[in-house]
Amino acid sequence: MAKSRTIKVDYLARVEGEGALHIRIKDGTVTDAKLKIFEPPRFFEAFLRGRDFKEAPDITARICGICPIAYQMSSSHAMEEIVGARVDGSLRDLRHLLYCGEWIESHALHVFMLHAPDFLGFEDAIQMARDHPELVKNGLRLKKAGNTIMQVVGGREVHPINVRVGGFYRVPTVAELAALRPELEWGLGASIEALEALSALPFPEFERDYEFVALREQDEYAILGGRIVSNKGVDIPIEAFDDEFEEIHVAHSTSLHGRHRRRGAYLVGPLARFNLNFEMLSPEAQRAALKFGPGRTCNNPFKSLLVRAVELVHAFETAIRLIDRYEEPSQPSVPVPPRAGVGYGCTEAPRGLCWHRYEIDDEGIIKDARIVPPTSQNQACIEEDMMHFAGENVTLSDDELQWKCEQGIRNYDPCISCSCHFLNLTVDRD
Amino acid sequence: MNPNSQQSEARRKKTQRGKTRRKKPKLAVFKFASCDGCQLSLLDCEDELLAVADAVEIAYFPEATRATVKGPYDLTLVEGSITTPHDAERIHEIRRKSRVLITIGACATSGGIQALRNFANVNAFIGAVYANPAYIETLRTSTAIADHVPVDFQLNGCPIDKYQLLEVISAFLHGRKPNVSPHSVCMECKLSGTACVMVSKGTLCMGPVTHAGCGALCPRFNRGCFGCFGPKETPNTASAAATFRELGATDAEIERLFRSIQAAAPAFHEESLIAERAQNTNHG
Repeated sequence: MAKSRTIKVDYLARVEGEGALHIRIKDGTVTDAKLKIFEPPRFFEAFLRGRDFKEAPDITARICGICPIAYQMSSSHAMEEIVGARVDGSLRDLRHLLYCGEWIESHALHVFMLHAPDFLGFEDAIQMARDHPELVKNGLRLKKAGNTIMQVVGGREVHPINVRVGGFYRVPTVAELAALRPELEWGLGASIEALEALSALPFPEFERDYEFVALREQDEYAILGGRIVSNKGVDIPIEAFDDEFEEIHVAHSTSLHGRHRRRGAYLVGPLARFNLNFEMLSPEAQRAALKFGPGRTCNNPFKSLLVRAVELVHAFETAIRLIDRYEEPSQPSVPVPPRAGVGYGCTEAPRGLCWHRYEIDDEGIIKDARIVPPTSQNQACIEEDMMHFAGENVTLSDDELQWKCEQGIRNYDPCISCSCHFLNLTVDRD
Repeated sequence: MNPNSQQSEARRKKTQRGKTRRKKPKLAVFKFASCDGCQLSLLDCEDELLAVADAVEIAYFPEATRATVKGPYDLTLVEGSITTPHDAERIHEIRRKSRVLITIGACATSGGIQALRNFANVNAFIGAVYANPAYIETLRTSTAIADHVPVDFQLNGCPIDKYQLLEVISAFLHGRKPNVSPHSVCMECKLSGTACVMVSKGTLCMGPVTHAGCGALCPRFNRGCFGCFGPKETPNTASAAATFRELGATDAEIERLFRSIQAAAPAFHEESLIAERAQNTNHG
């Protein structure tokens, strides 16, 4: 008789949002792996229609409490493209700095609070703090350093209020930014030390041949823009996204599954950026990656923990560089007179590509909006990982396998809340 | 004593490492339709988090831990609004096992930004493009937690202010009323010596009708308040709308100002309907 097992996690912990995992195993073979996302959809794209284009950064920020800057930046860029506004020089640097703040708070949260406990066998960071107090305290302090950038440049950590289409409402003084420097210098050193300590964690041996997709810039580690590239030949401007990629609506998820039109599942986020743009990382980040791991390339999704730590080093070093060259711009924003058109924005959220497309009319009213968040793009990849990973570990007990699979999902730092905001509304009448 | 409480008793003893201590209150954090930002505010208390974890037993908080302790809970924080039939059931279950239930954030307190669906022409939504509508189950409206179950305290904000959250938790631990003033953002400008953006620059500002708590953040950053903390106690929204009109705002702009992050909060809801009706009258 065939022997069947089902591994079920009904509510995934230490991820942002509501998801579940079901894995079916028959005669020692994994027959099905589903990341079930039951987060209620919030229909942002539907209610963006009819709003003023200048409201887009404030509205789209509410898609995600962990990475609001990603939404504010992608939407602002799209609107600025439509109205022909150029935000460069110090204003662009400020946006870059703000984004570094978001990367730091988001990555530090994930590395130290959400992901590391798995490797050390703790159910959460608070339990972990009893045996590894320095690791958790330093993690919290790193996170706070990122949040302080968010406060000074953005106004607050969650849903910053200072970003507008065309720039900012108020720009910080040179002195306000200089005051951040000592803590960021500490953060640079502490994140390198953290990478060294974390590289000693036990990483499961697991590698796959992924299609990595990320933005690429000629002169910097791409965060704010660039071309969309992959290790399997994609090299397109952001407006051609639909030519290469598609979104599929599957029954078990309120989040659309992203797929490459010909090659299927692809991976976005730290691992993709690292493998595609290693040479653009800051000098200390490159050095630390080569010295303490993960090395020059990394195909083990469990080591995304180390890649996030490398990106922490990069974000701290970049933030310091931006602060050192900062000159207060003469105006906090450039004019953005509305005109009809279509525009695209794509930036690197901590979890990967955050792609937006808007159409507005000549009075600046939004006619159409489309948003592709990173986690929906990673869903198919997560499921394939689970098929392979569970397959290689079927000998583990149910409890062990369940925890290992949870850990495997947390490799992607899934932000489920943001992944399912986009479906159009269907109604169950009450 | 049932097996669960024996288990949690054992865990408590283990964690206390032999010290005798009063039983810690059990804290639970539940999520409904939301962005996760308000519960993240608790994790954003970088300097206080370990102290909070010491003062309470974190019994259910999936964003932070995979460990769970069964209810009943002494203090339950609820983030998010009710948007699905399943969630409309689930909140009753949560209420039953919570001694004190506090909503955190705009979604839980007023329905949040997703309550913009409440104003949509539902038939137009149904006609819109979707791949497989049968997979999605959702209610016509996004509603506040208090529309479904009794709530002991509501902490508003999009997001909530983390220091107000600490104040609410600490007040609960000491059995006193939270010190969360119901006055307006306007008052916070006066207290912080911030020049009025409406008077000095003619910028539309929801400060006079919006609940305090942010420390007049937007005016301090040279922009008008957009009401993310919801209505203050007894707001005079009609007077605010009249002032906006004097400053040259159209009825459509006034409607959008009131119909935004706190669209379903009663005072803002009502004023947005008045502005909407004014547009329809003007357009014949």
